[in-house]
Amino acid sequence: MTTRDLFEETHAALSANKTRSGLTILGIVIGIASVIALTAIGQGAQNSISASIDSLGSNLLEVMPGAVRMIGFGASSGRGSAKSLTPGDETAIMGVANVAAVSGEYSSRYQVTVAGANTNTTVDGVNGSYAGIRNISMDQGAFITDSQSLSLSKVAVIGSTVATDLFGTDATSTNLVGKNIRVNNMQFTVIGLMATKGGSGFGSQDNEIFIPLGTALQYFAGTGNQFLSTIDIQAATQQSMSQVQSDVTALLLSRHGVSDPAKADFSILNQQDLVSAASSVTGTFTTLLAAVAGISLLVGGIGIMNMMLTNVTERMREIGLRKAIGATKADINRQFLAEAVALTFIGGAAGVALGWSAAYAVTAMGIVAAQVTLSSVVLAFGVSAAIGIAFGWYPARRAANLNPIDALRYE
Amino acid sequence: MIELKDIEKTYGSGPEAYTALKGISFSVDEGEFVAIMGPSGSGKSTLMHIVGCLDTPTSGTYVLDGRDVSTMTDDELAEIRKDKIGFVFQAFNLLPRTTVLRNVVLPLVYADVEPHEREKRATAALLAAGLPEDHFGHLSNQLSGGQIQRVAIARALVNDPALILADEPTGNLDSKTSLVVLGTLQTLNRTHGRTIVLITHEPDIALHAGRIIRLKDGRIISDEKNPAPRDATRETALYDDATV
Repeated sequence: MTTRDLFEETHAALSANKTRSGLTILGIVIGIASVIALTAIGQGAQNSISASIDSLGSNLLEVMPGAVRMIGFGASSGRGSAKSLTPGDETAIMGVANVAAVSGEYSSRYQVTVAGANTNTTVDGVNGSYAGIRNISMDQGAFITDSQSLSLSKVAVIGSTVATDLFGTDATSTNLVGKNIRVNNMQFTVIGLMATKGGSGFGSQDNEIFIPLGTALQYFAGTGNQFLSTIDIQAATQQSMSQVQSDVTALLLSRHGVSDPAKADFSILNQQDLVSAASSVTGTFTTLLAAVAGISLLVGGIGIMNMMLTNVTERMREIGLRKAIGATKADINRQFLAEAVALTFIGGAAGVALGWSAAYAVTAMGIVAAQVTLSSVVLAFGVSAAIGIAFGWYPARRAANLNPIDALRYE
Repeated sequence: MIELKDIEKTYGSGPEAYTALKGISFSVDEGEFVAIMGPSGSGKSTLMHIVGCLDTPTSGTYVLDGRDVSTMTDDELAEIRKDKIGFVFQAFNLLPRTTVLRNVVLPLVYADVEPHEREKRATAALLAAGLPEDHFGHLSNQLSGGQIQRVAIARALVNDPALILADEPTGNLDSKTSLVVLGTLQTLNRTHGRTIVLITHEPDIALHAGRIIRLKDGRIISDEKNPAPRDATRETALYDDATV
């Protein structure tokens, strides 16, 4: 029996009952399509979350002040409120090994006005290195520089949301550099407009104004109150992040004269922790989706087995006849297995196409940028072929082992 | 050609054991046309299964075309059926939804005959069985009962078997069509020298064979030559005269 004969026999057998074959194939199509589409959606969600986190900055560590230390049982004002980080800390951190860039930050909310419009937004005093640390790119003008910080220049870089709020909806397409705005009743000159970043899920930088750190400390914090809100640190590499984190912790503990690390007056947020937390969430989510899809694939496989068993019973006399004219067990086995595998293979191909279209549709509708991975397609195909063999094996064996006399006599 | 010696067949074991064949011995020479006759329960189906290599005897030896087939495994028996035996059954001879030609080609498929050779041999077999060429592409449900049996005979012939085994081939047919089918078998026997074993319970049918073996209760009760077998072809002609 040649391969071509096997194909012919399989084709004849499957087209003999098109409705039944079609419905059985549909079970596999749905199973495979859901595996492909759901893993694509899971993958897409994971990608978009990683991208959001990356847009915050790369290899980022953020030092935040701790809670105000109380005497006795006074009310705590919460973490981040203490005035414990100084520009001196910032300078000291630059000396830690594997630190690529450091920027202190002094932020507060102020009323910002121009003629005819005003808004209330976060005003951030930062150094020149901040743009590099936080992946900020500019649409117009340039970012703050260290010399502007030293010279206490009253200049500002504004986010696109702020620009829209102050200068109208088409503000980002007009030249804003050189315009004056008033921040807390002090006049600042706009020197740059940041490119829109979009919501990252962790606060939007589009709704912020950046001014030189020195200016912020001088005019908004006031002398004698020179404390930073946060210090952003960029580690040289992803691998060095934990080393930088522990070195900075040790440095700040000794600088602040705290001997017990549990009583530290600051905390360090590691971006890597955020990434791994987020990917473990999306990973669980993807696994869950794949498991649900896998169940439907299993149900499809059982559908194949059911159809093949019905086939064996219905075609009992055919099997007997084939055996009488010389078909061996192996011939019958191969024929029935080929039918099961053909069902899953056709179902698998249609399922990949359908799953791909579903992923494309989800992307086109803007729900999530679903990404079909080659591995999921290969896996789905492999699984469908395996299901064909696994669920076709038992019926094929049953057919092959039929006694020709019983099979011929079957009514 | 075939030689059976002390064939016994017992189904089951212990007190419920049932012996269908109780020591059957006979031989058939090449070119013979033998009818095996007996009422139901005589063991003739069991004998047919053993002669047709669909089953093996409990004891005794069966030599077919020089090979002892009585102790063969299932797959060895399948090989023997493929090469040495052509079957014609009473009913369900053809695969449904399959053309006449494909039905006849099927044994050649299992025998691994080259594809280009298959059709030639199938056509020759169908013509020898007397089926008109314009019927070759028909599906089996488009054929009459007599035509189905002719296709079955063609399929039995196509492998050039040592033995054609016909199990009640006329059981589902009317008298006239029965004669046509018997005529086909007789022609194959006389002009092509085919060895034929015909199983039947009807004496009228058995009388067309050159030798009649009668079975009863699992034993041979008579084994006689039939010096003047009835000629189905001539009878068919008479039939036509009578009905016209």
